[in-house]
Amino acid sequence: MSQTQSGATPHPHDLLLRTDRIPHIWCSGCGIGTVFGCVLTAIQKSGHPLDDVAMVSGIGCTGRMAGYLNLDSFHTTHGRAIPFATGLKLARPQTNVIVASGDGDLFAIGGNHFIHAARRNMDLTVLCVNNFNYGMTGGQVAPSTPFGAKTTTTRIGNYEEPFNFCSLAADCGATYVARWTSLHVRWITESLTEAMQKKGFSFVEILAPCTTNFGKRNRLGGAVDLAKFFHERSVVRNHIDPKEAVLDFNKHLVVGKFVDIERPTYVDNYELINRRELEDWPGSAGKVPGAEELAHG
Amino acid sequence: MAQKAVLTGTYFMNGDEACCEGALAAGCRFFAAYPITPATEVAERMSERLPGVGGMFIQMEDELASMAAILGASWGGAKAMTSTSGPGFSLMMENISLGLCTETPCVVCNVQRAGPSTGLPTLVGQGDVMQARWGPHGPHEIIAVSPSSPQEMFDFTVWAFNLAEQYRLPVIILADEVVGHMTERVVIPPADQVPVVDRKKPTVPPEEYLPFHPDADGVAPMATAGMGYRMHISGLTHDERGYPAMDEVAQAEMVERIVQKVRKNADTIIDYETFLMDDAEVGIVAYGISVRSAKRAATEARRRGIKAGVVKLNTIWPFPEKMVRDLAGKVRALVMPEINYGQLVLELERCAGGRCPVVLVPHAGGAIIQPDGILEALEAALKETA
Repeated sequence: MSQTQSGATPHPHDLLLRTDRIPHIWCSGCGIGTVFGCVLTAIQKSGHPLDDVAMVSGIGCTGRMAGYLNLDSFHTTHGRAIPFATGLKLARPQTNVIVASGDGDLFAIGGNHFIHAARRNMDLTVLCVNNFNYGMTGGQVAPSTPFGAKTTTTRIGNYEEPFNFCSLAADCGATYVARWTSLHVRWITESLTEAMQKKGFSFVEILAPCTTNFGKRNRLGGAVDLAKFFHERSVVRNHIDPKEAVLDFNKHLVVGKFVDIERPTYVDNYELINRRELEDWPGSAGKVPGAEELAHG
Repeated sequence: MAQKAVLTGTYFMNGDEACCEGALAAGCRFFAAYPITPATEVAERMSERLPGVGGMFIQMEDELASMAAILGASWGGAKAMTSTSGPGFSLMMENISLGLCTETPCVVCNVQRAGPSTGLPTLVGQGDVMQARWGPHGPHEIIAVSPSSPQEMFDFTVWAFNLAEQYRLPVIILADEVVGHMTERVVIPPADQVPVVDRKKPTVPPEEYLPFHPDADGVAPMATAGMGYRMHISGLTHDERGYPAMDEVAQAEMVERIVQKVRKNADTIIDYETFLMDDAEVGIVAYGISVRSAKRAATEARRRGIKAGVVKLNTIWPFPEKMVRDLAGKVRALVMPEINYGQLVLELERCAGGRCPVVLVPHAGGAIIQPDGILEALEAALKETA
């Protein structure tokens, strides 16, 4: 599968690509392809044996990543990638599981699963490509859509406030939280590599242009204009409280690495409790680090 | 704290606990569920037992997640189960359909209570028969077993795992509140006498492996995560490689495969028992807890000179079409007690095909069907055909 027809030297990513499924379905100008390239590099850089890396995705544009990755890969139901990944991880803990999905999948229909997986510190790497709308179904309002923005279900403008995903992830107990735009190729790759090496719930959000729907409907221009827009507006603010990491399309899109802490995972604590070495609660309370004291380092 | 997975011995145990023990004996090492009456005891016992046998227990945030988690665990190589009741069973339909589409072995135990909606959480119902059959969206076949006692909660759970592993699909244990909460003698055999079936694994090298290319039995060998097969598994319509294929031909091939692997093996899958049926003029066809009322009614009928017998359906899906067709030609009437307002009786009528009258003894739920009610229906049916 990794051989090219011309016999030329294969691209370093070919080993990880289902090249027989290329061309992919993503629109020209979309940011997902770039992010996917970073995922492939991060998998190689992470040092994990390739047979011990799996990807689980939900439904939507980003959800199609799993179908192009030439590793164990699972394209599940809408919103359920995280619980599917939870089962996979617990049944085979040596598997390094990447969940790749979009903002609608992970935070609307799958929002409940996200907050609980973060709370449990399930050892997963969750990658969210945030394109500010439901791209696959034609551009409907999402939990990420900025207030006032136009989508096919908010024709005049969005009357809901969006989530700050990074802040939400941190508050729920994620041990690694970072946000970049799809132009920050090196940073995305570095964050994903760190996230894959991190033992715990890691969350990486990538702001990505959707030229076909969100960009066009809000007159943000074509692929190049959108790339320029992300380039000009994004500011890096590493290690700030993710609550301060606001996305203001008129001023700044704050990106950076916000959280990188240690906390026992679900499996760590499952084993700890089942060894029956701790005294009964509440006597045991001080022995296990709580989410509250660790969530912000 | 290593414990025995198979608790060989004789116990006084309720049905939910027996279900848990059956699962462990069958090799279940992953369990995910959300608390719901009257299935909670399955999860409670699992939470205690799994850590001791090297398994993982997780109480998920809802039933959508529980079902998704057991599919993931199955692809991680574990035998996996969830348990629930009506409202939670409805939430599981989405991912039972994913399990059917991706041919994922796992077991779903539904301890039925009286509905619709929240209904009577602590009291019995048999209202999820058609939901078990047609709740998952899209064309498919399903397997559902129906235990009538705590002993069968153990035995049928082992069997459900074996069917799931053999045919690569989610198998439903359609239990009910009385069977789940009833405490009776349960005999757990020695570990080497528990029949255990494991899924077929691929024998070809990864480059030749087609995850959805079936063997002669209609079932494809299953690679799981980490074996080096690097398969892609999708809920989209897929070809034998597992690759999404958005066309009518691929859809037909996939649907044929998931339907025919059950239909062509139906005679092997289907199981039923008969009670006083040899010379019976009227047959009571029953499942689950209602079998016990049916047996009492048949015995009482015999005392009154009516040659009645019982057919106990151990599998309700696939429905035993041939057996019912033959039976309908031999008896004067068929009676079906159901703790619902007529679900499986529709299948009974269809398969009887007018060869004999079919009478429903309905019950809205909240209690078991009294034998007297079945007896009255028997007598009325025979009078009409006299």
